[in-house]
Amino acid sequence: MQDHSTQADVDDHVYLGLAEAAPGPEGEGRWAYGTGFADPLLGVDTALPPGVDGADLAACCLMLGDDALVLAQRLIEWCTRAPELEEEVALANLGLDLLGQARLLLTRAGQADGSGRTEDDLAYWREEHEFRNVRLVEVPNGDFAHSIARLLLFATARCALYEALSAHPDPVLAAVAARGVKELAYHREYATAWTLRLGDGTPYSSARMQAGLDAVWPLLDELFTAHPAELRAGVDPAVLREPVLRSLSAVLAEAGLTVPDVPPLASVLGRAGRDGVHTEALGPLLAELQVLARAHPGATW
Amino acid sequence: MVSATVAERGAAWEVAAAVPDPELPMLTLADLGVLAEVEVDGGAVTAWLTPTYSGCPAVAEMAADVDRRLRAAGYRDVRVRLRLDPPWSTDLITAEGRRKLAEAGIAPPRPTSAVAAAGPVPLALGPTRTAAPVPCPRCGGADTEELSRFGSTACKALWRCRACREPFERVKEI
Repeated sequence: MQDHSTQADVDDHVYLGLAEAAPGPEGEGRWAYGTGFADPLLGVDTALPPGVDGADLAACCLMLGDDALVLAQRLIEWCTRAPELEEEVALANLGLDLLGQARLLLTRAGQADGSGRTEDDLAYWREEHEFRNVRLVEVPNGDFAHSIARLLLFATARCALYEALSAHPDPVLAAVAARGVKELAYHREYATAWTLRLGDGTPYSSARMQAGLDAVWPLLDELFTAHPAELRAGVDPAVLREPVLRSLSAVLAEAGLTVPDVPPLASVLGRAGRDGVHTEALGPLLAELQVLARAHPGATW
Repeated sequence: MVSATVAERGAAWEVAAAVPDPELPMLTLADLGVLAEVEVDGGAVTAWLTPTYSGCPAVAEMAADVDRRLRAAGYRDVRVRLRLDPPWSTDLITAEGRRKLAEAGIAPPRPTSAVAAAGPVPLALGPTRTAAPVPCPRCGGADTEELSRFGSTACKALWRCRACREPFERVKEI
């Protein structure tokens, strides 16, 4: 009962050669050398549900995907530079979670807008003004406390947003959010633990932690500023402002730190990251992110 | 013909279920709860996988391995698909999977319900020894502590036993 050759559709399987030509006694020696299974939404039903506008959904996925991609890139900059090996591994793991979310979200964006662009098209071939991430994720890492402060703000807010999005009418976005909320909960826990340790440590560590918070706090507001496309897609980050601020204030109080009293970073004629208006930090980050893909277009290994 | 379909599906399931996990090779994809479903329709086989973490770098490898093993077993029309909903949880790791993890010196995850019942500890610093104990997979001692929440793969944390002094890895509940 195992001769199914009549049903074979070899054209469907561009990876067939790879799958059959695997080296090694068990044939499982291709690790990290490409499997042909490149689509992060492989075989997932990607039809748009009725009532969901493809362009608006794509815009939302692009915003969330760009946030995750750019922060992942910042986090991996800590490799070889973290204070301890354990923290380097931790930060790289957090970056890996975000990168995974970015792959799914960018893939969904390219499907939903009908352009058929892949995750790679979107990550490597857009220009700075086409990125829709908030400015919080693009500013440089600063010192460890600064990076922890940014992570605390982002993870607390994104965890809350993913929680809301896990009930979104688009099943793909809802599934990515449902998975992400558990991952972001770990990120928030990690950032909280370090905020407490540094804030409630020595006067010096506390001052550094406070300085990190003061530096990133003006960028927090953008996470709660709804974009029209988000509102049309049924996503309103503004409702998260109060609960997220409450949660952050509780952490800072416990750590003996002060909630910074600083105004939000100004936008440019009302436009900020969600509109493609970024700080000067994004360009160099993208140059590093994109240089290899652009030097060898379409290269695989 | 219902029984024939069930038998066919069972045979295909057995093939896909035997594929080892690329990062925890002591477990099969079925032990890990990643193999969600196998369907046989006429001559076509479709296997559904539920990835563990969003960024798990082993997903493509798993898909390729399932595809290759099914083809090697004689199936020609093979499809591997991902199923994202419901999300994977460590609760899906089978009893057999937990036994194999412990045998390999990796502490298996506790039920997520037990962890939730112990309560989140967002505002207490350094709960390196948790309320719900994590027994040492080597000596069975209960006096263990967390060294790092993150380990060699996204799904594991690094722990240490204070009785036998050995470090060990632990699969985190998610």
